[in-house]
Amino acid sequence: MSLRIVVCVKYVPDATGDRRFADDLTLDREDVDGLLSELDEYAVEQALQIADGADDAEITVVTVGPEDAKDALRKALSMGADRAVHVEDDDLHGSDVMGTSLVLAKAVEKTGYDLVICGMASTDGVMGVLPALLAERLGVPQVTLLSEVAVAGGVVTGRRDGDTASEQVEASLPAVVSVTDQSGEARYPSFKGIMAAKKKPVESLDLDDLGLDADEVGLAGAWTAVDSATERPARTAGTIVKDEGEGGRQLAEFLVGQKFI
Amino acid sequence: MAEVLVLVDHVDGAVRKPTLELLTLARRIGDPVAVALGAGAGATAGVLGEHGAVRVLTADAPEFAEYLVVPKVDALQAAFEAVSPVAVLVVSSAEGKEVAARLALRVGSGVITDATDVEAGEQGPVATQAAFAASYTTRSRVSRGVPVITVKPNSAPVEPAAAAGAVESLSVSFGAAATGTKVTSRTPRESTGRPELTEAAIVVSGGRGVNGAENFPLIEALADSLGAAVGASRAAVDAGWYPHTSQVGQTGKSVSPQLYIASGISGAIQHRAGMQTSKTIVAINKDAEAPIFELVDYGVVGDLFAVVPQLTEEINTRKG
Ligand SMILES: Cc1cc2nc3c(=O)[nH]c(=O)nc-3n(C[C@H](O)[C@H](O)[C@H](O)COP(=O)(O)OP(=O)(O)OC[C@H]3O[C@@H](n4cnc5c(N)ncnc54)[C@H](O)[C@@H]3O)c2cc1C
Ligand SMILES: Cc1cc2nc3c(=O)[nH]c(=O)nc-3n(C[C@H](O)[C@H](O)[C@H](O)COP(=O)(O)OP(=O)(O)OC[C@H]3O[C@@H](n4cnc5c(N)ncnc54)[C@H](O)[C@@H]3O)c2cc1C
Repeated sequence: MSLRIVVCVKYVPDATGDRRFADDLTLDREDVDGLLSELDEYAVEQALQIADGADDAEITVVTVGPEDAKDALRKALSMGADRAVHVEDDDLHGSDVMGTSLVLAKAVEKTGYDLVICGMASTDGVMGVLPALLAERLGVPQVTLLSEVAVAGGVVTGRRDGDTASEQVEASLPAVVSVTDQSGEARYPSFKGIMAAKKKPVESLDLDDLGLDADEVGLAGAWTAVDSATERPARTAGTIVKDEGEGGRQLAEFLVGQKFI
Repeated sequence: MAEVLVLVDHVDGAVRKPTLELLTLARRIGDPVAVALGAGAGATAGVLGEHGAVRVLTADAPEFAEYLVVPKVDALQAAFEAVSPVAVLVVSSAEGKEVAARLALRVGSGVITDATDVEAGEQGPVATQAAFAASYTTRSRVSRGVPVITVKPNSAPVEPAAAAGAVESLSVSFGAAATGTKVTSRTPRESTGRPELTEAAIVVSGGRGVNGAENFPLIEALADSLGAAVGASRAAVDAGWYPHTSQVGQTGKSVSPQLYIASGISGAIQHRAGMQTSKTIVAINKDAEAPIFELVDYGVVGDLFAVVPQLTEEINTRKG
């Protein structure tokens, strides 16, 4: 029987570029370069490796995001995923994590899955809770923050490195997994992969297709509200000295002045 | 007065500092009621009472250790239903965030993660967050349900405040999902004897410029002279020079100490994401153009192999 893997991928503003808030205090996506969240590349990579080890597997990548988010899907397809689902609807604008997880849960259910794989966190919101929420909504085990993952005989196992201990965990499929950037370098798309991606199916879904109402998602349906977003004042220029043999002592002097010593 | 639930982060009864910080924040909103789960839960009451917990609800069961996350959600939900709090505060650890989010969904509330401050506001608690590698500061609220907020370590002072700290046992019935993810083995992390990275008042970090595991003792010696924790950049960690658990940054630990000293670290955006909220930032780097210098309160342009040992020696001499 075929193993159905769904990978959640997010389209995010490039962290090395300009990132800002729009007037309605949502993420400004106009004129901001976006890309597949780098941490989701690790999720795609693990999906590809798990599929390689399975008799028969299909990988679907799913994103919730605006028109441009197709770029994230294309990248994942060019890495080797089989098909893509794009959930796009004007009413999704400004969704918080509760809204996003609701939409993703519906999309994943509609797609059909044995295993859902996410990144450990997005590089914009960086909440790191969406995979746990998805598991809660789908009513399946969460096997999150894995730095090693394997699937065999309908069971997913992995290593979760926590604050105070490193744990070996396991759950039966279906399950939601998230993987860290320690899980293994993500492959670069090959030229062949990039060409093949152009022919792979990308299905578009809107809220109607998922049986959701506009007021359950977006700014209107958000359970959180942002009151203000202010750019942090640039740090006042610090003192910078060139070491000419006394740099360490000068620094010690500064630390004494600041009462750290 | 209104009660505020605080989920206790403890190891076998030893309460970790970020929980005591939560109690300081909780008192701004109401009377803190602490929820301590797992082995040693009862032993937490003393210190929690000294820091303002009016009640301590405890529960222990093998499920807390043997299965991932969900048993704690079940227990926190039981506490939520027993107390009817006006807010729930949880430490922003990986596990804390997951527990908080799942609880929020179950009780129909919004969730805010990684707050750096929480204050009482007219429409309920207002949380401060740092966005986009701390280049923005936002103020947010939960607009539906009872606010569930996770707070980063070092966001508030620890303030003693005597309260009853009365221990009550919490009755929890685990749902079917609780045993979904089994923990088949656990290897506790070895203690270095140094402060915990996320809780430390001072963090001394080394990067690619340290140029080898054999040189990290230089960074450790500086850290020890200041009673600091040791951190590392991803480049240093990926090279195997220092354990991954010491990585500071977007995919490592997020730190917010009083003083952060970066040696041989360029200051890439992903590193900055994890340390930019530090109160005082110091860098030692031989490249005057390194982006880390845009952040510093004090920077030394120089070779860390000369500057760091001199600094360490000077500190040790001054301490006598
Ligand atoms: C600076 C900032 C702060 C925010 N703070 C809050 C807050 O406190 N509370 C709140 O409710 N909302 C908040 N949001 C909104 C929230 O981040 C988004 O709704 C988001 O899509 C879900 O959170 P995340 O991306 O942070 O998820 P994470 O939990 O960090 O993402 C983990 C993984 O989930 C998957 N995933 C996440 N989003 C999508 C998507 N759209 N499509 C496909 N897969 C996805 C990816 O695999 C990703 O790697 C914030 C947004 C920003 C930009
Ligand atoms: C998705 C993603 C997540 C990431 N997460 C993290 C993260 O959590 N944490 C993190 O740190 N990085 C992270 N990174 C990596 C990050 O982009 C940088 O590559 C990394 O921070 C660089 O580490 P570095 O500053 O030690 O090395 P480099 O950038 O190579 O800098 C080394 C510095 O040392 C200086 N130097 C060299 N020799 C000396 C000397 N003798 N004396 C003084 N100075 C010297 C050099 O001038 C240089 O500035 C992430 C990247 C990605 C893509």
